[in-house]
Amino acid sequence: MNDSFIQINGISKHFGNVKAVDDVSFQIKEGEFFSLLGPSGCGKTTLLRLLAGFEYPTSGNLLLDGSDITALPPDKRPTNMVFQNYAIFPHINVEKNVQFGLRKLGLTNDEIIKRVKDVLSLVKLEGYEERYSSQLSGGQRQRVALARALVRQPKVLLLDEPLGALDKKLRDEMQLELRTLQKEIGITFVFVTHDQQEAISMSDRVAVMSEGKIQQMSSPNELYKNPQNIFVSDFIGETNFLKAKTESKDGEYINVNIEDLGSFKIKNNLNISENASDVICSVRPETMMIDKEKSDWDICLEGKIKQTSYLGEMTKFYVETKEIEKIITVSSQYFDNQSFQDGKCFISINLNDISLLNKK
Amino acid sequence: MEQKNNTLLIYTLLYFAFLYIPVLFLPIFSFNDANYMSFPLSGFTTEHYEEMWAKTNLHKALWASIKVGVVASVVSTTIALFAAKAFARYKFRGQNISYGAIMIPFLIPEIILAVAILVIWLSLGFKLGLVPVTLGHILFCTPFAMLILIARIEGFDFSLEEASRDLGENAWGTFYRVSLPLYLPGIIASLLLSFIISFDEFVLAFFLTGSDATLPMYMWAQMRFIQKLPHVLALGAVIIVFTTFIVLLAFWLRNLGQGKEKAEFGIKIHE
Repeated sequence: MNDSFIQINGISKHFGNVKAVDDVSFQIKEGEFFSLLGPSGCGKTTLLRLLAGFEYPTSGNLLLDGSDITALPPDKRPTNMVFQNYAIFPHINVEKNVQFGLRKLGLTNDEIIKRVKDVLSLVKLEGYEERYSSQLSGGQRQRVALARALVRQPKVLLLDEPLGALDKKLRDEMQLELRTLQKEIGITFVFVTHDQQEAISMSDRVAVMSEGKIQQMSSPNELYKNPQNIFVSDFIGETNFLKAKTESKDGEYINVNIEDLGSFKIKNNLNISENASDVICSVRPETMMIDKEKSDWDICLEGKIKQTSYLGEMTKFYVETKEIEKIITVSSQYFDNQSFQDGKCFISINLNDISLLNKK
Repeated sequence: MEQKNNTLLIYTLLYFAFLYIPVLFLPIFSFNDANYMSFPLSGFTTEHYEEMWAKTNLHKALWASIKVGVVASVVSTTIALFAAKAFARYKFRGQNISYGAIMIPFLIPEIILAVAILVIWLSLGFKLGLVPVTLGHILFCTPFAMLILIARIEGFDFSLEEASRDLGENAWGTFYRVSLPLYLPGIIASLLLSFIISFDEFVLAFFLTGSDATLPMYMWAQMRFIQKLPHVLALGAVIIVFTTFIVLLAFWLRNLGQGKEKAEFGIKIHE
């Protein structure tokens, strides 16, 4: 497998004064399911459109499988795209939509028929050949868009929020199916989404983008467990931010003074300096424990429940404490909204679950 | 409630009566056996139609109008198609001003347009005839064509064109296989309407035709003689039928493009 199958070298794209993509460099591996994740306006779609050839970079270059594609128009690139709204041609039927991109590939009629048949069976759309876009459901349209792109056997499949228009149930199904499909055919997928859960559940690697820059690029687990900065920590999942000040370093650890809780020794993954700088401690709601009694965890605070939200598989508690300025969010699968009648509770934190971040 | 519905019905009937009764007199009198348009009708005849058919000058004028109409509608629809696409697809500096500039001939009194073209044409040393009439009609039809085409192209999903590029078609292939078939109902409507506008146009033709009369010019010339009125009535009746047919055809074609039996206009890949 080629580790630098797609090379993005110093790519910038400016629209007037807006830097949609700002000097971005990274590489995507062959056969990888790679996601570009970020809020709207972060540049992820622009980056995808640069890969597709719908936009040309202001500076930088793009290499695909060793050859420079920076200046190639979309029809000359070995990439194909699944559009956000699917863009199924409404004036031709499903079969003709799928055949559309085969005209210029110099295939024989038999090859065309076979390819169309195979790809329709791959996306489970046999029997729909004669239908028009208006006669298909959202999920079926998505499959047509997928088939139409895959039938060309591209080196890279680009997907622009393809699941955004589907309802929750169907989206979950399609996530699983897309993932399985990608492993089966082994084509490199570059997937754009604003849905962090989607990116995390499907991808081999995720690049989190904000304001035209990559904030962090790593495996979903790394992203969730070791966020590199406040933006990533906040964007991926849910978390609590506690204010802290650094004290003295101790090998891989550093002593920090957290709000009014006192001083604790915490793993210093980001190698933060020790000279009394302001830092942030991030603690995920599900790593904390809420209970009616005191625990023997590293930190245990008495609190008062201000609000709860019952989500079925778990319940979120919004807890006020004396020691921490902000309301703390804790989730529990054991207790629910009816467990704490008087609102009095104890929340516990393990030091291992705290990630230390630089304050911006 | 009942009362209200009746009021609306009466209003609707009056409205249609106002629109169509004057027009209906034409066919009625065209079959009347008299030289004057007056009641009572004196008898049924088809002789006015025979008379009309026998006029070679009329054939000449009809042919002139068709030539002018075809050229004017094709050229103005082509210009309008490119312009409409630019307006609907892109945001550019001076967009509102250029839109206004294209629409102005729509608002300028026709007689002023006609005089202006006449003065320029003659001062350039050209002869009057069907060429300046056609140019005038192109100018006059383009705003109409623009209005129709912008309505069709606005709201068009341009990611369809991107999808075509992505699937290996170049700009021309994309236009031919995707854009054109999808714009086609608008293009046909624009062609038909531009043709009808040109076909009916009188003022520009009056100033610019010289000796080659168009059909409205021919009719106008004939009406100066009372004995020639009946065959002009017959001609008017034919034109009404023809226009109605064109409009119905336009609607039928539109539905063909949007209904379930979608015509495929793209290149057939295999079969």
